[in-house]
Amino acid sequence: MTTIVTENCKNCRFTDCVTVCPVACFHYDDEMLYIDPDTCIDCSACIPECPVQAIFEGDDIPEDQESWIEVNAEKAPDLPVCEEQMDPLPGAEERKAELGF
Amino acid sequence: MATLGTEENPLLVAIVGSGPSGFYAAEALIKSDVSTKIDMLERLPSPYGLVRSGVAPDHPKLKQVINLYQKTAGSPDFNLIANVNVGTDISIEELCQSHHAVIMTSGAETDRKLGVPGEDLQGSYTATEFVGWYNGHPDYRNREFDLSHDVAVIIGQGNVAADVSRILSKTVDELKHTDIAQHALDALAESKIKEIHVIGRRGPAQAKFTPKELREFGELSDCNSIVREEDMLLNPESEAELLEKSNIASKKIYDQFCEFSKREADATKSKNCYFDFLMGPKELIGDTKLEKVILEKNKLSGDAFKQSARGTGEIVELETGILFRSIGYRGVPVTGVPFHDAWGTIPNEKGRVTDNDGNIVPKLYTSGWIKRGPSGIIGTNRACSVETVQCLLGDLEKLDDGVSKSGAETIYSILDYKNIRHISFDDWKKIDTKEIEVGEPKGKPREKFTYVDEMLSVIE
Repeated sequence: MTTIVTENCKNCRFTDCVTVCPVACFHYDDEMLYIDPDTCIDCSACIPECPVQAIFEGDDIPEDQESWIEVNAEKAPDLPVCEEQMDPLPGAEERKAELGF
Repeated sequence: MATLGTEENPLLVAIVGSGPSGFYAAEALIKSDVSTKIDMLERLPSPYGLVRSGVAPDHPKLKQVINLYQKTAGSPDFNLIANVNVGTDISIEELCQSHHAVIMTSGAETDRKLGVPGEDLQGSYTATEFVGWYNGHPDYRNREFDLSHDVAVIIGQGNVAADVSRILSKTVDELKHTDIAQHALDALAESKIKEIHVIGRRGPAQAKFTPKELREFGELSDCNSIVREEDMLLNPESEAELLEKSNIASKKIYDQFCEFSKREADATKSKNCYFDFLMGPKELIGDTKLEKVILEKNKLSGDAFKQSARGTGEIVELETGILFRSIGYRGVPVTGVPFHDAWGTIPNEKGRVTDNDGNIVPKLYTSGWIKRGPSGIIGTNRACSVETVQCLLGDLEKLDDGVSKSGAETIYSILDYKNIRHISFDDWKKIDTKEIEVGEPKGKPREKFTYVDEMLSVIE
């Protein structure tokens, strides 16, 4: 089982998820968040927090998003940890609307 | 005297309770710019609250959150004083004198009552005591649950109800390599329960399980998960609820129920777990022992997302000798701390404790379930504790009363005077190591010590 951040987070980075993560496993770059699979405990607390439903776990990951499993695992460990909620990226609200949320 | 919160004059904080909210409060204090010394008090010899005694034994990954708490405990500014009952062994007043601030993170230790006749019959139990029992909590070590009946009933459709019904639905083989307490595993091995009813007062669109937990019911080795197809028909309001994009979790849960309703029960499996909807208990019948539950069928009324269940008068009877109620939790009052009896919480404003009229009580703070009620999961407590700690640090000037505090020293002298054996984090590590050692030959991650004396004997 893995929990991952996918496509929808790109250019949004709302970081609501970070506030409920019990183990601080979210890392970030200029575009989005990534989950470090070695730290994440699959509690799924973050999933309902995401305003653009970018987070999926295990059996629930849509097929077309499966490549993100590797991306999260590869990118997260070398990026800084996101411990507190940050401001969303500029244009995040527009992107959210575009995504239909 | 140096400014409060500097290295020469650190802020002394006592945290009451060592569960997630206590540890997140400690973490937030340690990470802040303010120089802090924390004394965390715990009633049991073992820390971690519901992560140890609440999280189900077959969910080991969730318990890895302890690694993070261990990191916090390793800070030189952190000190554990366990096996100490705040309120009896040491008073809140004493803690307020020895420390600049006290954070209450004692959780919600007891169950809400159903409020129906017969609730106290033998065979009618709380989910709390059953969960505590199978998780080896010393308070519940000697509880006995009569598992000799065919039918078990669980009232409630939330996470804890899911845990209780799943443990009853699993085989010994599915549980024996977990950290379930041995006495519980032995009793469950003799269980005669064949039929489990998980009863919700509202419908399948309002059940409060998480999708992941519900999925687990589809993967049980010797138990069918059964939902009646006719129960999947929704009223227009519930349909509207599921169409709302933000309500995706409920949609997933509903879809999972639909999948169960279409499954053909596997006759080779020896147990059946039924999810029953739109029903509430009206009365528990029996002489001294529970024999039957009288349930009333419900109907939903109100707008989407605000639907409440109302009794229709139609009665369903279910013969059963064992019932667990899991309809919510409430905190237990601690002498010297205000308590909101109806809510079962400590009245507060963003974590600043208030009296019941809303006036701030200086020096007292609260976090976790005892602050906001029993909602959310482990991680929810992180944000909750961060909020409380922000308030506390914002009050720094007020917390400085100019009187020097002796912190842990005062606590130790009071406890030593009363001859109370307090446990440090190093002591706990010895118990921890021993538990892992004892579990190993059985293929278990640990075998928990379930008596306080057993734990104490490890460190003598």
